[in-house]
Amino acid sequence: MTSTTPHALTLQVNGEAVHIGAALNDTVLTIIRDRLHLTAAKRGCNQGVCGACTISVDGTPMRACLSLAHNCQSSDLRTLEGMLELPSMRALQESFIANAGFQCGFCTPGILVSAQALIERDPDPDEAAIRGALSGNLCRCTGYASIIAAVKAAAATLRRGEAA
Amino acid sequence: MLQGLFRPKTVDEAVALLAQDPEARLLSGGATLVAMMNARVAEPEALISLGGIDEIKGISTLPDGRIRIGAFTRHRETATYAMPLGANGVVRHAASQIANATVRNMGTIGGSIAFADPGLDYPPALVAAKAAVEIASPGGRRLVEASEFFVDWYTTALEPGEMVTAVLLPAGAAGDGLYVKHARVAGDYATASVAACLYADGRMRVAVGSCGPAPLRSDEADTLLSAGVGDDAISRAGEALQALADPLDDVRGSADYRRLLIPRLLLRAVRSLHERQRSAA
Repeated sequence: MTSTTPHALTLQVNGEAVHIGAALNDTVLTIIRDRLHLTAAKRGCNQGVCGACTISVDGTPMRACLSLAHNCQSSDLRTLEGMLELPSMRALQESFIANAGFQCGFCTPGILVSAQALIERDPDPDEAAIRGALSGNLCRCTGYASIIAAVKAAAATLRRGEAA
Repeated sequence: MLQGLFRPKTVDEAVALLAQDPEARLLSGGATLVAMMNARVAEPEALISLGGIDEIKGISTLPDGRIRIGAFTRHRETATYAMPLGANGVVRHAASQIANATVRNMGTIGGSIAFADPGLDYPPALVAAKAAVEIASPGGRRLVEASEFFVDWYTTALEPGEMVTAVLLPAGAAGDGLYVKHARVAGDYATASVAACLYADGRMRVAVGSCGPAPLRSDEADTLLSAGVGDDAISRAGEALQALADPLDDVRGSADYRRLLIPRLLLRAVRSLHERQRSAA
């Protein structure tokens, strides 16, 4: 029962400071989904394998399920909900719709976070770069071809300056 | 259940905390330990988080030419290190093949080797490169050769109260290094792997991963590979390493399958290194 004793926690989530009490072993995923009700990041395997919980930590895609919340108090945490206004994220979302880059959608938020970090640092990624950047995100529906096409097309849209 | 989470700023503070509570676990990138906590395989009472210790972060060249990789250096940083490494490049090449891009953003070299899963990519690479592991305790620092550091399944030369602070790659490693990993799919643990270093004077040093409790290394194999580049020497070296193997039978492959892989992966590694040497000449 001591595990549920709340310890004061301050997190920076999508640019806003959040003050709550949380157990020391609560992960960032538990806090953002179950406490803050930011449910884009999904709890898939809870083992760091599937990538459905991928969020941005200080600008780098990381696993929310492998990050202890109390250990992230000095980090800038961004979930998909906090990235929706970014031109790169808007372009990716439009492109995933246009290219049928998802079916059930469970993996999609994690894939969007990984893909957004890729096209921010590499505006013209080739297929190998896209596959590498998404290697930590499993999709059981699409077979990945439409996802890769969607990322490529979003990057092309951004390069042409046609961001939505 | 987890009662304490400590964030020391220095190695001295970290080992002092560990001395006060020998049951506390060191938390590095979290890629393994937090996954084990989520699965309730590990239920530590206290964690000492190493992420606030600047002195164990990053890669630097020491005045004597050795390369120092701090324990809290993420796999991505090692995998993308831009300076020439010569034969020590085997470590960078291994880092680039660990798990997947997101896990490489999290996991660290110190956390990886202290865990010492025999399926990991760093152990054979560090043994092949003749790396040393820097270890701290309240009594000071000591260095252990990588070949002495990996002792048994999930067991290292770390004594209670000690922590890994850095990995040191040797100076004067002109040459080339290569890590050949055979896995069921990209991102999995190795079914078997070979780490190989070819030095400028023609010497070779190889180590095999995932085929026993610790990386396999053989003076006989290294001598054979250093003396000749013929397929016969390579196959005899492969047999020498095969004879040392004590592999698991698991979902990644049977013990016999792993034994069969050793000479084949060795052949691929050695030929690739010689080909690269020829095309660079």
